[in-house]
Amino acid sequence: MVERVYGLLAEFDSPEALTAAARKARDAGYRRLDAFTPFPVEGLARILRLPRPTISWAGLIGGFSGGGFALLMQCYTNYDFPLNVGGRPLYALSAFAVVMFELTILFSALSMIIAMLWQNGLPRLNYPLFAAKRFHLASKDRFFLCIGAEDEKYDEEQTSAFLQQAGASSVELVPQ
Amino acid sequence: MSDRSADILPVRQSMGGISDQLTGIPLHFPVERRWLIAMLFASLLLLMLMVSVVVLFAEGVGIWGINIPVNWAFAIHNYVWWLGIGHAGTLISALLLLTQSEWRNSLNRFAETMTLFAVVCAGIYPVLHLGRPWYIYWMFPYPATMDVWPQFRSPLEWDIWAVLTYLTVSFAFWYTGLIPDLAAARDRATKRSWQIFFGITSLGWRGSAAHWQRWSQAYRLTAGLAVPLVVSVHSEVSLLFASGQIPGWHSTIFPPYFVLGAAFSGFAVVSIIAVSLRSWFGLYNLVTDDHLDLLGMVLLATGLMTAYGYVFEVFDALYSGDAHELQTLADRLTGAYAWTYWGAIIFNFIPLQALWWREVRRTGWALLLISIAVAIGMWLERYMILVTSLYRDFLVSSWSKFTPTFWDWSTYFGTIGLFLVPFLIAIRVIPLISIFETEELLHEEKEKTHG
Repeated sequence: MVERVYGLLAEFDSPEALTAAARKARDAGYRRLDAFTPFPVEGLARILRLPRPTISWAGLIGGFSGGGFALLMQCYTNYDFPLNVGGRPLYALSAFAVVMFELTILFSALSMIIAMLWQNGLPRLNYPLFAAKRFHLASKDRFFLCIGAEDEKYDEEQTSAFLQQAGASSVELVPQ
Repeated sequence: MSDRSADILPVRQSMGGISDQLTGIPLHFPVERRWLIAMLFASLLLLMLMVSVVVLFAEGVGIWGINIPVNWAFAIHNYVWWLGIGHAGTLISALLLLTQSEWRNSLNRFAETMTLFAVVCAGIYPVLHLGRPWYIYWMFPYPATMDVWPQFRSPLEWDIWAVLTYLTVSFAFWYTGLIPDLAAARDRATKRSWQIFFGITSLGWRGSAAHWQRWSQAYRLTAGLAVPLVVSVHSEVSLLFASGQIPGWHSTIFPPYFVLGAAFSGFAVVSIIAVSLRSWFGLYNLVTDDHLDLLGMVLLATGLMTAYGYVFEVFDALYSGDAHELQTLADRLTGAYAWTYWGAIIFNFIPLQALWWREVRRTGWALLLISIAVAIGMWLERYMILVTSLYRDFLVSSWSKFTPTFWDWSTYFGTIGLFLVPFLIAIRVIPLISIFETEELLHEEKEKTHG
């Protein structure tokens, strides 16, 4: 018998079976739900009531800081070392536009990808679910639903029976 | 085009089968011998580049054929050529992702890999051309004891920011798309060394619904940024030319002309790689004749747009009525380097016309030959743009010729090794077709056929 339990992992054959089971689990009052799929399954986030991702804000902030940084940098270097090139303006926005654009894209893209990894809690080397025997199929052609042990309604036998009933082809207890 | 993608993959294959097939390529490499022969050839080219670079650093750029007035030749010419090739990878993976043309799913991974290494090949050229490459850090704004800063009003300074940004964003985008597939390879791996390698590189990805949701948003938005980035990078490259007042360069058609030419040459190289890899690894079930058909159409379309650039360039010179512009035009059509102009026209646009026929587009070897012609044609075009504008300067007394030396050629062929070696390593160690995107597409197709 395992001491501490992460949750129960149920395996399904298709995305449709998974979404149907996730909806049932939601309706049955389970809240600590997570699904594991080989590719993004449409509508799953809505059924699991996942919060809307906020990556776009990270991208927006990153973009503004990149553009602002580039503008300040170029203005400062021209202020600190003014070079008269045929009487052309020192603070030439049209000439600064290229580097501003590039750094806007650079900061924005990098901050979105870093935000994505950060919010996902990655990179990490191990995770309790990796100990599950059939979990390696989650990157191939099987679809998994996990009900966490911290769920208020969680009960090892009842929840297991519920998942079997919902059409799972296997249900596994995952140790913490 | 998206409506055609409805049945681009044969539906009579299983998701698990695709996953096994694609992860099996790095894990149980099927064509070890052919790969080693290709690697040997590529390494020899890379060795040639190393020798050329050592000689260059020891002797200086005088070993090349460049001199006043043609002081920009192979270095910038090949820089533009390589960078242009790289752009198709980003366009395929980012632009076609946003337009939901799902046929890209079989092509995007190796197209993006191609982008990365083509940009590296491009990126080393301006450094080699510097003359004193150990001062490359002068390009960056750092508080120097000399109290000077880089000149941000110069296109040469924009260049390094554009190329480094492009390289970094391409890498980040490529890697983000790769994470789920590295996890798939990790889960299939049975040998300890592969488990460790994919275990670390997959960053602990587990395919959680919440993760996928954030991942999709980040991936799509990065794709949205990558598309204008491509356009900006090659426009910026064209500004290296167009900002100067050299006849034949000083034209507003240059930015779109360069971007379209870049896409044209890049799609040609993507076609070369697609045809080669699918016959090499037997991927006929994933890179289908329909894919080649679409690639052929894109190649034809970008080729015709590039041809429009040629026409407009001539019009531009005639319409300006400027004596020197007209002289450069005459030099291009009939001068000492007329072979580059007519070579570009013939290689770029004559074989291309065969792509109007569906059977040609769907025949691997025909598409391959046409694409090779385009790569050569675009190489000649960059040669032509560089040399024909420069060799007859404003000052008649400084008119001269450019002849590439042995070291020009050895450096150029060497960069092909610099491209091939990491590319071959990449197809050896990573899934060369996106597994999860192919599975997703297959699932959608199956859903449609079931009703």
